[in-house]
Amino acid sequence: MDFKLTKSQKEIQKAAWEFARGEFDKEIIIELSKIQKIPDKITAKAGELGFIGIHFPETYNGGGMGLVEYALVAETFCRKDSTLGTALMFCAYGTECLLRNGDNTLKDTFLPDIVDGQLTSTAAFLEPGQGNDLSKMSTRAEKDGDHWIITGKKVLVPAAPTADVCIVLCQTDADAAPPAGMSLFLVEKGNKGLSIDHPRQNMGGRMLPLADITLDHVSVPENTLIGKAGSGYRLTQQFFMENRIQIAAQAVGTAQGAFDRALDYVKQREQFGKKLARFQVTRHKLADMASKIAAARYLTYYAAWCFDHKTIEPHLAAMAKMTATRAALEVSDEAVQLLGGYGYMTEYEVEHFYRDAKTAELFQGPPAVQKDIIADGIIGKLK
Amino acid sequence: MEILHYTDAHRDFRERLRTFLAEEITPHVDQWEADHIVPKTAWQKMGAAGFLCTWAAPEYGGMGGDFLYSVICAEEMARTNHTGLCSMLHSDIIVPYIDAFGTDAQKKKYLPGCISGDMITAVAMTEPDAGSDLAGMQATAEKDGDEIIINGSKTFISNGINADLVIVAAKNPAEENPYQAVSLYIVEDGTPGFKRGRHLDKMGFFSQDTAELFFNDCRIPAENILGQEGMGFIMLMEKLQQERLMCAIGAQAAAELMLELTIDYCKSHTDAAGKPISKSQAAQFAIVEMMTDVKVGRAFLDKLIGSHAAGENVVVETSMAKYWTTDLDKKIASRCLDLFGDFGITEDCPVARGFRDVRVMSIFAGTNEVMKGIAAKFMGL
Repeated sequence: MDFKLTKSQKEIQKAAWEFARGEFDKEIIIELSKIQKIPDKITAKAGELGFIGIHFPETYNGGGMGLVEYALVAETFCRKDSTLGTALMFCAYGTECLLRNGDNTLKDTFLPDIVDGQLTSTAAFLEPGQGNDLSKMSTRAEKDGDHWIITGKKVLVPAAPTADVCIVLCQTDADAAPPAGMSLFLVEKGNKGLSIDHPRQNMGGRMLPLADITLDHVSVPENTLIGKAGSGYRLTQQFFMENRIQIAAQAVGTAQGAFDRALDYVKQREQFGKKLARFQVTRHKLADMASKIAAARYLTYYAAWCFDHKTIEPHLAAMAKMTATRAALEVSDEAVQLLGGYGYMTEYEVEHFYRDAKTAELFQGPPAVQKDIIADGIIGKLK
Repeated sequence: MEILHYTDAHRDFRERLRTFLAEEITPHVDQWEADHIVPKTAWQKMGAAGFLCTWAAPEYGGMGGDFLYSVICAEEMARTNHTGLCSMLHSDIIVPYIDAFGTDAQKKKYLPGCISGDMITAVAMTEPDAGSDLAGMQATAEKDGDEIIINGSKTFISNGINADLVIVAAKNPAEENPYQAVSLYIVEDGTPGFKRGRHLDKMGFFSQDTAELFFNDCRIPAENILGQEGMGFIMLMEKLQQERLMCAIGAQAAAELMLELTIDYCKSHTDAAGKPISKSQAAQFAIVEMMTDVKVGRAFLDKLIGSHAAGENVVVETSMAKYWTTDLDKKIASRCLDLFGDFGITEDCPVARGFRDVRVMSIFAGTNEVMKGIAAKFMGL
């Protein structure tokens, strides 16, 4: 067992911190969050410096590293700012589906530009009226010569209005018993028949506005099918497993960022004639916060490490996601409380860490969904 | 069996208020949330309909209602799912200072406007460096002939932009004992030297015009002192029990509303197989646990309302209720959102605003840490 980061991992962490410190401007983040926009050109800069797709092979301009390194970058960015950090880590959202299962020409066409931050991606899984349940899809894709024709509606797609490409989960075999007969496709923004609703106002994660999309006889070439026809549900679950570790890492950073701000505050703020940090209850709150972050961080690193060593299982990823987002929520909640009235004010930032933490806890399945997955993994098949 | 004895008159009043709010307030809430303020005309409508300061004596234009009318107003306002038209703060926290400690002349001058909604009030205690610790207050009030000069900055002041009348706590710099230095003063809108600072951006309470207030050599007539000089702390202590109880009432009503909205959603929304969310065992247990908390809170609170209305000293229980109900709000808001799943990330989810709004309740009117400190002290610990 070795808990040390390697020299190159430490350098990545340092580079990510320097990038975030140089590029993340508090005032701009607060202003742009209000209109649900991400700062101009920051995606391209992050791409240029190799932070996007750090876990992608070098053939696609990636960093050739693993999810542990991804986790270090995500944690560092979100520590500096949870809203912008998450948005940056989501600008290649869903691309892992393509990387791990896509057709070579499709990969060559899109992956380098996504990794360079020139294009952004998203993914559309959820449908109206069925919550987090993906066992049945109403969105249909039908074969028509050398094309597929997709028709349906997808909801709550992150950053849908700005994404250049979107991975879409569809039913390709209408007769298959759920959840069989689904497939993943890559749909480009300009595809005829694709329309994107006005984005919803987000409660948290305000640089990733959720929007619904409608596909009305969208025709896509055969090679946009990702993996085999009928593998969509399985590939989606595989992607979710990876994405849950990514969200966990973002949540660890969100928790740490809220903690940093609270710690600074209680060390300088005086009430009742002494520093807040001298009150026993404050000290114990900080002790709880730091313990939760440590537990979340090591579980997340372990899940990322297992992913890189190909020993990951869905329930471990779900545990990391559930534990880390919970830690982020509890730690940022306590940070708001420690800052008192200031904690509730936009200017002092922890309020958005709190909203972003709750957003992370809800996204890609709230706790009940994670517990279902964990239970599946630990109980196994009953006789 | 009801713990509190609501009469038919109370019930009629609640019905009338509920109808009024549904017609005159709720339809505008989204706009006010976007505007970050409530128009003064909405306050006037509330006043004209008889829903402000229900306890006030008829000679000033009030209805002379008992405390249960105040409770009804606070509960029904909480159910409008917005906080901008903060009538509970005005009616049952601030204006009572004028009623309890004001001279006849002050009451005649101000109460009718407070009751009609022509005069919106704010109370300015908190300062940038003095939050829960009021003794750390820096604002000063000094006599100069028949005038008083106020200097200082106040922050997080609710109704700060709309306020026509501000009750300001400030201390006499010559008095060394901080507990005998503070007095309360009435400052009217338009008084030279009284300026509003920033309209503060915050996590929630969007329609509530929370602001900074600045007093720079602000001169007011000496007769604008409220109550006896140096009695500020005593007056505040006397009124804080009701302030915190009102917070608990608002918090309890918010928890009830959020849970109700969530239950409706869970019964009317299904998974892919068409099974309502409310048929999931985990969702059922979560809802039952939350409802248990809400009912336990309601029983405790109603008992406390009864004791407070009977004039009992319930400072320990009030501190407990304030911290317990406002913590409950956070927990309920978060657990409710879990039942909405991804939809809970958007403001279209009926509990999303509540999640943002209730987060301040464990901070204002004395943080929950201060509540526990007070309870510990009065429990003789």
